[in-house]
Amino acid sequence: MTATATKDVTPVVLSHAGLDALIAALAVDRQVIGPVRRDGAVVYEPVSSVADLPRGWVDDQAGGTYRMRREGDRLFGYTVGPSSWKRFLHPPKQVLWRAGDGAITPEPIAKERFAFLGVRGCELAAIAVQDKVFLDGPYRDPHYAARRAAAFIVAVNCTRAGGTCFCVSMETGPKAAPGYDIALTEIGGELLAEAGSDAGGMILSAVPTRPATQADLDAAAAGIAGAEAQMGRAINTEGLADLLTDNPDHPRWDVVADRCLNCANCTMVCPTCFCTTVDEVSALDSDATTRESRWASCFTTEFSYVHGGAVRPGAKSRYRQWMTHKLGSWWDQFDMSGCTGCGRCVTWCPVGIDITEEAAAIRSDLEAEGG
Amino acid sequence: MAIDGLEKIVAGHDLFAGLGDTFLSTVSGCATNVRFAADEYLFHEGDAAQQIYLIREGHVSLEIAAPGQGRMAFQSAGPQSVVGLSWLVPPYRWTYDARARGDIRAIALDADCLRAKCEADPALGYAVMKRFMPTIVERLHHTRLQMLDVYGTPG
Amino acid sequence: MAHPVEQMDMTDPMVPTLARILRKRVEIPGVVTFELEAPGWQGFAPGQFNMLSLFGVGEIAISVSGYDAEPDRIVHTIRDVGATSHGLSLLEEGDTMGLRGPYGVPWPVADAAGRDVVVVAGGLGLAPVRPILYHLLANRGDYGKVTLLYGARRPEEILFTEELGQWRAQLDMDIEVTVDHASPGWHGHVGVVTTLFRGADFSPDTTTAFVCGPEIMMRFAANALTDAGVAADDIYLSMERNMQCGIGLCGHCQLGPYFVCKDGPVFTWGQMRRVMTVKEL
Repeated sequence: MTATATKDVTPVVLSHAGLDALIAALAVDRQVIGPVRRDGAVVYEPVSSVADLPRGWVDDQAGGTYRMRREGDRLFGYTVGPSSWKRFLHPPKQVLWRAGDGAITPEPIAKERFAFLGVRGCELAAIAVQDKVFLDGPYRDPHYAARRAAAFIVAVNCTRAGGTCFCVSMETGPKAAPGYDIALTEIGGELLAEAGSDAGGMILSAVPTRPATQADLDAAAAGIAGAEAQMGRAINTEGLADLLTDNPDHPRWDVVADRCLNCANCTMVCPTCFCTTVDEVSALDSDATTRESRWASCFTTEFSYVHGGAVRPGAKSRYRQWMTHKLGSWWDQFDMSGCTGCGRCVTWCPVGIDITEEAAAIRSDLEAEGG
Repeated sequence: MAIDGLEKIVAGHDLFAGLGDTFLSTVSGCATNVRFAADEYLFHEGDAAQQIYLIREGHVSLEIAAPGQGRMAFQSAGPQSVVGLSWLVPPYRWTYDARARGDIRAIALDADCLRAKCEADPALGYAVMKRFMPTIVERLHHTRLQMLDVYGTPG
Repeated sequence: MAHPVEQMDMTDPMVPTLARILRKRVEIPGVVTFELEAPGWQGFAPGQFNMLSLFGVGEIAISVSGYDAEPDRIVHTIRDVGATSHGLSLLEEGDTMGLRGPYGVPWPVADAAGRDVVVVAGGLGLAPVRPILYHLLANRGDYGKVTLLYGARRPEEILFTEELGQWRAQLDMDIEVTVDHASPGWHGHVGVVTTLFRGADFSPDTTTAFVCGPEIMMRFAANALTDAGVAADDIYLSMERNMQCGIGLCGHCQLGPYFVCKDGPVFTWGQMRRVMTVKEL
């Protein structure tokens, strides 16, 4: 590990001007990506100053509902929007190689150096999940690896929970766990900053800050505790993996399949969904071809196609695959949960299917049966 | 001694393995040793189902013939298998041809004899039925798999 | 913080090498065998597969059907069933295709030394088990009784007929072939492959079975082997799912807790019994 938590860095406090300085310092050799308000939602895009951030905006989220409205003066009062950091580390489309004139040319390994500003606890956990998928082998995605190795992460501890958040039950937030370079917590008009790595400590020491007081620490802790208390949803994960795996024919799968539109929104907004399909793109004017991978969804019929037909032709088997994977078989495959409790799949489902409700329904039916 | 030898042979076939001495002796009373040379027919479609054959050696081809298509084998039966289930159900008539693929040694059970003994002793009848049922179900199951054409090009 | 990955190999496992076709042989209509050479090929283990690319069309996972002791020849037997396999089938000697691999968990052939071996193949499933047969024949003394039970659709669709004849002539291997649908002139067995178990000679307690074919056939073969007394963990199957990457990154080939490409394609019946009986898993 090159980046270990630095013990002697005491928390400091940044003003908005200090945060501007931090963004500028990061921008020296990185592209800084942060939250901006666009088309009525918070999305992650290049930012150059505090002025780009959605200051004074929060979101109201529920199953199938996302609305932004003005409230207070926080920079990070919003929770999570439809985009996630996987868009940058594991982009929707990746050229793998090109063929033509009797030769195969690998795509150069990605060179982007990102600094992510505003990574929430659930999102940091999601990055750790994708690290496991793409880097733990036996084979690795070198483009992801290169972007990941160069990434700098400024986490934000949530001081407000969204309507579909359930990070507490998934043990990923609202306070970000280690894995960040710097963690910020909004306190009044300022930000408590804690370094989580040498790189984070160094950059914090190079921007204007003031030492944090006990009152600052208490205010940050109170803010995080407030978010924790607001958490409207939860998943009881106790024995859940086995419960789902052992009940592939539970009638609830039919109930949810009746509602599911198979639109694949949940898999697109999910920060851990990693599946890709390999496409062949042929040039019209030569024999050159390009092999690309693009995000795929297990909600499509072709996803499971074997010669003759799809293994999962129906909505029931596809929803079951997705949810059982997230909460069940992910443990078998990666020794962790595939769900981090961000709530995006609930918010962005056009019919408001709620993974927490589905998990609870299957559990309560089985417990009612005494099983 | 000849009867005793036949009983051993009947007991040595998978169908009646472990049947018990009393029943075995009763069943063996309907049995004779038979041989068929290659290409000889054990029976023909439409004939009365007078025999049940417990194959000891060789393979039997079960076939149905059609004009222009010749004889079409739909099943082959080898050692330790049973040829002829039609004796169990009226009208006791063969629905296919059974042809020896090579030299065959088999036990033939007289169908009238066995049916009469089963009628007379329901316990024997039940025991015999339990022996034949798995073969019937297995053949049905195998036929189903053949119909599924699992090796065919899908789609 | 950054993930500490600076030590890692940055070559992309998704990039194939160019393999050249040395020989092409039409096995039966719609099935061809290619012998390829590719730079950097290090050999394979029986049961492993390669990802073969047809430029401009796509990439598919195909088991290696050659002999692992001949590391210079990469042998693939391909059935023309989709766009990519169709295009590959049309390639001729001297043409090139993309190749990456070998991937996947192999058949544990060496672990079966000292035991009886039953190989059950159905249809094109004879191709992925052919490396096992080559190995068994080359190391015949290391194994007990060896049996190949092979089921094909029709006599005209029996693969590798010459080799089957040669192997049968060696007399130290019991080879039984059956067809689902006989044609006039066929003098062999008729019926599903599981009917061949009755005549097969193996000691169930010390038998390792390798099964490859359509999933329905593998389920029934595995059940028949279990009924015969072979332990579920001594029965190996080769599974097929949609594989786009072959290396555990694309997610398509998931089957319950498994990635068929990296946890398989060879699994034990003990692993598969449950997941194979859940519909549409």
